[in-house]
Amino acid sequence: MAIETKLPFDQQYVRTFSEGRGEPSWLLDLRLQALAKAEELPLPKPDKTKIDKWNFTQFANHVVQSAPLSSLEELPEAVKALIDLNEEAKNLYVQRDHTPAYLSLSEDLKQKGVIFTDIFTAVREHGELVQKYFMKDGVQVDEHRLTALHAALLNGGVFVYVPKNVEVQTPLQAVYIQEKEDTALFNHIIVVAEDNSKVAYVENYISLAEEANAVVNIVAEVFANTNARVFFAAVDHLAKGITAYVNRRGIAGRDGRIEWALGLMNDGDTVSENITRLIGDGSYGDTKTVVVGRGKQTQNFTTSVIHYGKHTEGYILKHGVVKDSATSIFNGIGKIEHGASKSNAEQESRVLMLNEKARGDANPILLIDEDDVTAGHAASVGRVDPTQLYYLMSRGIPKAEAERLIIHGFLAPVVNEIPLESVKKQLIEIIERKVK
Amino acid sequence: MAVLTIRDLHVSVEGKEILKGVNLEVKGGEIHAIMGPNGTGKSTLSSAIMGHPKYEVTKGSITLDGQDVLEMEVDERARAGLFLAMQYPSEISGVTNADFLRTAINARLGEGNEISLMKFIRKLDEKMSFLEMNPDMAHRYLNEGFSGGEKKRNEILQLLMLEPKIAILDEIDSGLDIDALKIVSKGVNEMRSSDFGCLIITHYQRLLNYITPDYVHVMMQGRIVKSGGPELAQRLEAEGYDWIKKELGIEDETVEQEV
Repeated sequence: MAIETKLPFDQQYVRTFSEGRGEPSWLLDLRLQALAKAEELPLPKPDKTKIDKWNFTQFANHVVQSAPLSSLEELPEAVKALIDLNEEAKNLYVQRDHTPAYLSLSEDLKQKGVIFTDIFTAVREHGELVQKYFMKDGVQVDEHRLTALHAALLNGGVFVYVPKNVEVQTPLQAVYIQEKEDTALFNHIIVVAEDNSKVAYVENYISLAEEANAVVNIVAEVFANTNARVFFAAVDHLAKGITAYVNRRGIAGRDGRIEWALGLMNDGDTVSENITRLIGDGSYGDTKTVVVGRGKQTQNFTTSVIHYGKHTEGYILKHGVVKDSATSIFNGIGKIEHGASKSNAEQESRVLMLNEKARGDANPILLIDEDDVTAGHAASVGRVDPTQLYYLMSRGIPKAEAERLIIHGFLAPVVNEIPLESVKKQLIEIIERKVK
Repeated sequence: MAVLTIRDLHVSVEGKEILKGVNLEVKGGEIHAIMGPNGTGKSTLSSAIMGHPKYEVTKGSITLDGQDVLEMEVDERARAGLFLAMQYPSEISGVTNADFLRTAINARLGEGNEISLMKFIRKLDEKMSFLEMNPDMAHRYLNEGFSGGEKKRNEILQLLMLEPKIAILDEIDSGLDIDALKIVSKGVNEMRSSDFGCLIITHYQRLLNYITPDYVHVMMQGRIVKSGGPELAQRLEAEGYDWIKKELGIEDETVEQEV
């Protein structure tokens, strides 16, 4: 089968789209240049998964108009479950397809200068700030075809900015709803934490349809500047039939800390990349990822922490469950650049396979260009441990329930990290449904 | 009153016969001790009773109150009233001790009869304090990072929480200091009643100073070769096993490499 590589959108389309939204010229120019690059650049090459036959480029519905919400009560039950409706002072953004449908940010945070708004409003109202961070030092436009395509077709997302010395106590939550089953989403998230600030951001991707036919291309850029601390949690739950490219990247400055808790629960083919760059001395990156693969989906998860600064610490923990005839590849890369002395890179990847036909592969890689460092890795691929099963069953717990306990325990490292009870509960329910 | 009956039990591991005809009856209210040197089949007996998948029963029978235990899955054996305090309890990450215990209790009680959370917490607090356990242990992951002594104490906690009819304690005393041994013994003695039978497997007579057995059996070459009362344990402590070997004409008492 020949794969159509010509893009379905041309310069004229992108120009009209951008001008229609009143975007500044820097963004229009960036989009047009990106579109040209998207024609030339190759696809990314995730280790051990061939994606050249995947459809990342052929889709309709680049713009879907939905109505804003006048009340959260209008949301479907599946989405309401993600939100604490009783909480008065919530910091919440809801996006229906491409439409910013609901936004609330506490008065206190507004007064302190915190920005939490959809990406297009941010471009209009805080253009210089967005321009400073948008696809420059985090993810670059010309990394490969999908980053270029992302920049050219950007059609959703949020901008978070926390000024110097501000500590945000209540997590900011963003919910991205794919309502129409063929909405193509090019969502961009920027989280900037200025010096000595602190913020937790939690995002959910949810499809309303059981099965969809769409392309999703997500880029998130997280900046923890000097001594800032960012906690980033995500639960991705896009439906079967959605081909997803997800790139989440963090840049930590001096003594900056970035912690990720990612529940990657998509039901379609997914390439998910999460790189944390520890630029400043004394910076810290911690990535915890849990994954469930089922059905016939193929997924590739690359997690990397790259150490540039001295005395940096990077931790990767990935636990994946694979069932049915799904394939999941886990690449973990700890990289210590020359000069990043006294740094420590640790990683652990564990894959649990529940069926004969399930395929899982854990590839731990350490790349070290500096002598005075410590590093370690552990990886395993296997089935539910029969000795553990025997132990639980010897207390009267039936086999199916014992297996369920072991699997939930195996995925607990991320579940327990989620700072919003509603989202934690939802992640547990998704896991429950997926591993059943 | 519960009765565990073992008749002419033969058990193989990976094709090698370890137990060669064990006969034993444990009734509610009785405490039996099985002693013997390493490698004589003691732990194999406990694993076979509980149904460890590695152990294959090739001949003989095990019944609990007349019910065929060998026909039951491991979890069914537990719900029928058997309990095995293991020599090497598994560590299960991400599952708290409390969640695990509640799941196990509810599995016994069955759907619709689940224990209320309040009642569970009260019982757990009470048993943990009886065993002088740190309350944190309830919220730690099951056996993960527990010291040897903590694991053994946690096995006894499960015993007290699950209240089986017949318990097998497989080397519950190994690796325990004297204080921990006293606490573990206190836990077992707490269970003593006409509804509770117990089979204690040990190398050491020391434990039997704190839990007085009604019967003592000596195992060699995969069989019970001698039975008696508590005085038998004392003689073994004083004189070792050589006199029995001599009496029975046994040269090598072992049948296996103990794992």
